[in-house]
Amino acid sequence: MSDLIKGNTGEWEIVIGLEVHAQVTSNSKLFSGASTQFGNEPNMNVSFVDAGMPGMLPVINEKSIEQAVRTGLAINAQINLRSIFDRKNYFYPDLPQGYQISQFLDPIVGKGWIELDMPDGSVKRVNVTRIHLEQDAGKSLHEYSPKSTYIDLNRAGVTLMEIVSEPEMRSADEAAAYLKKLRSIVRYIGACDGDMEKGNMRCDANVSVRKPGGELGTRCEIKNVNSIRFLHKAIEFEAMRQVEIIESGGKIDQETRLFDSAKGETRTMRSKEDAHDYRYFPDPDLLPLELTQAFVDNIRNTMPELPDQRKRRYIDSFGLSPYDAGVIVAEQEYAQYYEQLTAKHDPKLASNWMTGELFGRLNKLGVTIEASPISSEKLGGLLALIEDNTISGKIASSALLLAMSCICAGAGGCACVP
Amino acid sequence: MSDLRNLTLAQMRDGLKGKQFSAVELAEAHVSAIEKTNAQYNAFITITRDKAIEMAKASDAKLAKGQGGLIEGVPVGVKDLFCTKDVLTTAASHILDGFKPPYESTVTTKCWEQGGVMLGKLNLDEFAMGSGNLTSYYGTVKSPWMKDGKHLVPGGSSGGSAAAVAAHLAPIALGTDTGGSIRQPASFCGIVGIKPTYGRCSRWGIIAFASSLDQAGPLTRTVRDSAIMLNVMCGYDAKDSTSVPMDVPDFEKALTGNIKGKKIGIPKEYRPDGIDPEILAMWDKGIQLLKDAGAEIIDISLPHTKYALATYYIVAPAECSSNLSRYDGVKFGLRVTPEDGSLTAMYEKTRAAGFGKEVKRRIMIGTYVLSAGYYDAYYKKAQRVRWLIADDFNKAFEKVDAILTPTAPSAAFGFDYKPTNPIEMYLNDVFTVPTSLAGLPGISIPGAINKDGLPLGLQLIGKAFDEATVLNVAYALEQAIGFNTKPQGVAA
Repeated sequence: MSDLIKGNTGEWEIVIGLEVHAQVTSNSKLFSGASTQFGNEPNMNVSFVDAGMPGMLPVINEKSIEQAVRTGLAINAQINLRSIFDRKNYFYPDLPQGYQISQFLDPIVGKGWIELDMPDGSVKRVNVTRIHLEQDAGKSLHEYSPKSTYIDLNRAGVTLMEIVSEPEMRSADEAAAYLKKLRSIVRYIGACDGDMEKGNMRCDANVSVRKPGGELGTRCEIKNVNSIRFLHKAIEFEAMRQVEIIESGGKIDQETRLFDSAKGETRTMRSKEDAHDYRYFPDPDLLPLELTQAFVDNIRNTMPELPDQRKRRYIDSFGLSPYDAGVIVAEQEYAQYYEQLTAKHDPKLASNWMTGELFGRLNKLGVTIEASPISSEKLGGLLALIEDNTISGKIASSALLLAMSCICAGAGGCACVP
Repeated sequence: MSDLRNLTLAQMRDGLKGKQFSAVELAEAHVSAIEKTNAQYNAFITITRDKAIEMAKASDAKLAKGQGGLIEGVPVGVKDLFCTKDVLTTAASHILDGFKPPYESTVTTKCWEQGGVMLGKLNLDEFAMGSGNLTSYYGTVKSPWMKDGKHLVPGGSSGGSAAAVAAHLAPIALGTDTGGSIRQPASFCGIVGIKPTYGRCSRWGIIAFASSLDQAGPLTRTVRDSAIMLNVMCGYDAKDSTSVPMDVPDFEKALTGNIKGKKIGIPKEYRPDGIDPEILAMWDKGIQLLKDAGAEIIDISLPHTKYALATYYIVAPAECSSNLSRYDGVKFGLRVTPEDGSLTAMYEKTRAAGFGKEVKRRIMIGTYVLSAGYYDAYYKKAQRVRWLIADDFNKAFEKVDAILTPTAPSAAFGFDYKPTNPIEMYLNDVFTVPTSLAGLPGISIPGAINKDGLPLGLQLIGKAFDEATVLNVAYALEQAIGFNTKPQGVAA
């Protein structure tokens, strides 16, 4: 139980639940035909519906529904054939309708689970409570004027999935592994690009501490964490903060907090007393969403191979170790690279070279696999030479080293490339 | 009064086809009359003279070639709740100051496609909330009906629409009905008004009051004209998720006048204590006339009727409190900039200045019934009762083809009428609200003239999507009643 925090009064257990907001990949918004293309000039992707103009009405985008169902199936979840869209009412300038259309009591996806491969080789299952669909809000821009706020509605109405976990994670490592795994899954199935830098995937962490096995403590919600590294830091800071307060005789106030990535700390955003009463009620502009079993089955039958399935295949058919298989499938780009190698070469040899030599060197160079100076074809060429005993592994390793440190950066035209 | 303005929509349509007069002559006759009398009636918020003449010219060109839609060249007044492209659209509220929508509602688009000629935008209760056209930011509307030499209220919320049609300022007008807003003013003004089944007309481009109840419909002087207008206005619209993908029958063809063997239900719950005996007399006469025409009269019970008004005044405000959140001073319409420059103060000051008293009252009621801790006791319970009310009708319609009731519990009242509390005003909707909650079609036709010389309305309620039967029974009754009294303000 190394995940426990050692305080002055004994050990403390962290309890974490995550709400992940994933922007759904679709060409148009959840309830309007406006484009979702990123990076357009402010207010270019706005329809009359998105701007909350009088008399405008929402119409559900089938693609968004399909993506939510696909995600539900990918996390082994129950798909609710009947779900309801509700209005969440609050005033804010970047919320043109004065309410967000979301799902409250009857979400499209019910209970499911995902499995995390922990570094010690163990598998941890985390249950997912639900996935619901909702509209994203716009953006307030403060940089154009010292006195006025400008509003960009490009993002207003874009489809978000909120994926809510049970409070079943017990360490920052587990929370990070969960987010990583979820990101991997939604990227495999093409439901979300997982780009956390652009804010296309972000998460709220509910964190509390308790004596191991004891009553649940009061939780604080850390809003809008936008990287896996920050999530890890935010949870560690927050858990320590709570332990220190309790151990010095204080008590935790239930509140919403923000993570300041520059200072590496969380701070109060709003207290429970300031919490909104959102006055949820079923949106009368939309009928209950009813899916046919055939619609769901059709999505099920066209699901791509998921990370866990691919890992199983690598272990069973290729004889890879669970660890190596896990590393390769974790990122879609790794798996693609690997698949290109195994098309022509021994999978075991390919795995060893990828996870050992290649990853080590990419790490040192600090580049991603997409930017690797050695393409899968080139590494394949090297493997072919090893396979027909033209060169030894040792020579191949030196060749790779040379290739990856050469000024040509893999472009060729010099002696480095095998 | 110009003879042209005495014609019904059907007569205008036929006369235009027969080249007896031109669409421009028709438009001119109406627009001049509006310009001459608007100071008196205040029925129009905006008069679109240039648009009317321009559209009429286009209609004449089509008619000359033997082309044209269902109402080619016929003037139409539009309740100012329908968004009309580049034409001021106010919902009779200060908060929409200067709002000219860059789009045209589906229903008005259909009207123009079928050759309607736009006369202007008609006054109404602010955001369609009211039963007397007393809450408009643009002032009250005077009905052409008078008592003791004074104009009366036209009813509401489609008060401008009803007054304009009754005063022959438009042969037909577009209205909307949430709890009776077409039928009650039609009753007060001695004309015909029908609310079709919820889902028949697209709500796209109609400024929302209560989305699960709002439905567009026509106000006309005859049942035939209403039938023609429904064929213009109804139809599935993919832009409104609550519109129903169903074929629209030829409603005018349904007007055979033959109602032999039709079963007409008479609900016992529509005789509340204290109801005006003249209303009951009119109702009884209507029953007799239907019997004479060969219909079978069947006593029915709609046991949850007594809960309808309370249910309506929870559901409608709840939806309105959310629908009206978008009027916040940020994007369009009125903005009051506070001295301290704060966002919250801008919201507060804008909405305080922009909304009238009745709208504020309903936003507050709606906010309350949706609040944490009250939702179950009010909103959720009201939704349950709503389905019980709908079920009452379902059961009744197993036995009958249509239901006959009075439209309103009284004749039109005067401007000196001061209700002691808002509920007294809400009681105007007591006979129309159950139909709205159940989403059913309902028509009001003039039933009789009371001892004060004022019209009283009869309501016919039909099965969902069976407007054809409602219209045909109403047509038979209209012929039998032979109502032909003109308002004092017009006859004079």
